[in-house]
Amino acid sequence: MASDWKSYEPILIPDIPGLEKIDVYEENGGYEALKKVLQKEKWSPKEVTKEVKAANIRGRGGAGFNAGLKWSFMPEPDGGPRFLACNGDESEPGTFKDRKIFEYNPHLFIEGAVIAAYAMSITTIYVYIRGEYISWVDMFQKAVDDAYDKGYLGENILGTDYSVDLEVTYGAGAYICGEETAMLESLEGKRGYPRVKPPFPAQKGLWGRPTTINNIETLSNVPLVINRGADWYTGVGAEDHPGPVLYGISGHVNQPGVYEYPSGVPVMDLINDVAGGIRGGKELKALIPGGSSTPVLRADQLEGVTMNAESLREAGSMMGTAGMVVMDEDTDMVDVLWRIAHFYHHESCGQCTPCREGTGWLEKVLIKIKNGEGEIKDLDLLLDLTNQMEGRTICALADAAAWPVRHTINRFRDEFEAKCKKSVHAVA
Amino acid sequence: MAELSFTKEELEQIEKIKAKFPEVKPATLPVLWVAQNKFGHVKPDVQKLVAETLGLPESHVHGVATFYTQYYKEEMGKFVLDVCTCLSCQLCGGYDILHHLEEKLGINVGETTDDGMFSLQEVECLGACGYAPMLQVTNGQYVNNLTKEKVDKLIEDLKSGKKPEFESMKMPQLEKRNQAAS
Ligand SMILES: Cc1cc2nc3c(=O)[nH]c(=O)nc-3n(C[C@H](O)[C@H](O)[C@H](O)COP(=O)(O)O)c2cc1C
Ligand code: SF4
Ligand code: FES
Repeated sequence: MASDWKSYEPILIPDIPGLEKIDVYEENGGYEALKKVLQKEKWSPKEVTKEVKAANIRGRGGAGFNAGLKWSFMPEPDGGPRFLACNGDESEPGTFKDRKIFEYNPHLFIEGAVIAAYAMSITTIYVYIRGEYISWVDMFQKAVDDAYDKGYLGENILGTDYSVDLEVTYGAGAYICGEETAMLESLEGKRGYPRVKPPFPAQKGLWGRPTTINNIETLSNVPLVINRGADWYTGVGAEDHPGPVLYGISGHVNQPGVYEYPSGVPVMDLINDVAGGIRGGKELKALIPGGSSTPVLRADQLEGVTMNAESLREAGSMMGTAGMVVMDEDTDMVDVLWRIAHFYHHESCGQCTPCREGTGWLEKVLIKIKNGEGEIKDLDLLLDLTNQMEGRTICALADAAAWPVRHTINRFRDEFEAKCKKSVHAVA
Repeated sequence: MAELSFTKEELEQIEKIKAKFPEVKPATLPVLWVAQNKFGHVKPDVQKLVAETLGLPESHVHGVATFYTQYYKEEMGKFVLDVCTCLSCQLCGGYDILHHLEEKLGINVGETTDDGMFSLQEVECLGACGYAPMLQVTNGQYVNNLTKEKVDKLIEDLKSGKKPEFESMKMPQLEKRNQAAS
């Protein structure tokens, strides 16, 4: 992808005033995908799943898993309840895109969720939104009420024999509830402790019944695929991570915000052309490309890098949530890393020892270094801790805490060493 | 202290919440919200009321109330200022805003002013990173792109009973919408 992103017109959140209203949404082709599937062309649930799988919509919640493939893991219906749990917990630092969908194009998401529900023979959709988004919960509830009134939700949707309910619910402040099984626990009215897998949610999810979890932005891509086909979708943006992406750009740029472009846009174009470059005419120092858990990249590592899975992996990072945090030349990387470590320590649910203790130690040692009391050997202690935390816990929060520590130290080693006291170990 | 209770309307609201789920337990979080919106906190006596209303063990309700940070486990000021100092807000001066508020209100983070008007808290990412630094007022309105002047005005407004207005987060890319909105 060269610079053809410049002529791109947003499709997830198109530039249509009042699109959040159901009438305007309908006037602009809204709910046509649902009608196509249920009424006009009468697709079978398996056909829907097949098309979505072929489109390779990669999960926008951070893990990048093919949505249609995930749907295909649901067991055959047995007449009992089955659930779709939509993840609107959005709390990974640097990520602020799903809220735009609730505010600007809620019906696209509802339409996508109903199509997904049909494909998996879901009986109830739950939409779990973080508690802090209460203003957007209210906005979204209004959209849901309108969708019920128009017969897109509830009994016998569009006069067919498919029925599904959608319930909106919200949390009360806990990052961990964005982890899919913690979200299920929270939905069940409990403390948000991630569950041991297996069993996977497709087998035993909400109340022990088959459940699929998808992110809000992921599901919003579904109507696009149905309307225009998987072939078209896979041709948008980068091949390995196709489709439109909501890039959340924050930090030291002139025009931060959420921008919609195809995947695979050059990172430097996003920073300089889209987000207006670095504030105060300063130099770029570093970028966290996809939310706080994705490894930081130095400016010199960004040349030619594009926002898609493969390019970011080659550069040494990940796509994550496409929440890009931009840092200028004056940024103190020790301070930044300490604040990230503080976040994960604060948010660890405490079930697993390597995570509970590990995140605590990471923060403690980083405070010491930040205060100028660290020694060079503390850096190795930190790196050693990350090895002990990774892959040994119930959920991926421990990994998410370990990665930034390892990569920030390795990529800014000089800066960390300069903050450490000279010690005997430094000479050895 | 008078026995706490829910009104008839609140009990009807609680029945509606229960109807969303196949069991009673999932109503715990939403009903704690109903209680906090009414009483301003979920101290143990409120937890007890929620447990009794739902027919659930008090230990369960206590466990939930203490897990989630938005539930107030003690009485708070009339306005709770949740200042985000997380990653993007840190980069954009979130700590300056926090310290400015400490100075202005004469309290440390985690405290409430003597007149009971303001509590000050430091919070993790609120999902408004592109509008940093920012804060949230009492689990409600987001106030974005803070400067010291904007903070001073917010405090004056809140003192005089003026609630902050909803700030729509404009998407710079959407020209027609932005025009229609202004
Ligand atoms: C600690 C942690 C926090 C997470 N937070 C979120 C979140 O806030 N929103 C989200 O959609 N996914 C989050 N995820 C990813 C979810 O577990 C899950 O993979 C995702 O919701 C699946 O949807 P998708 O496949 O459509 O992306 C988190 C994962 C972990 C380990
Ligand atoms: S890894 Fe951390 S957050 Fe995840 S379950 Fe274990 S203790 Fe909890
Ligand atoms: S870091 Fe403050 S809102 Fe995300």
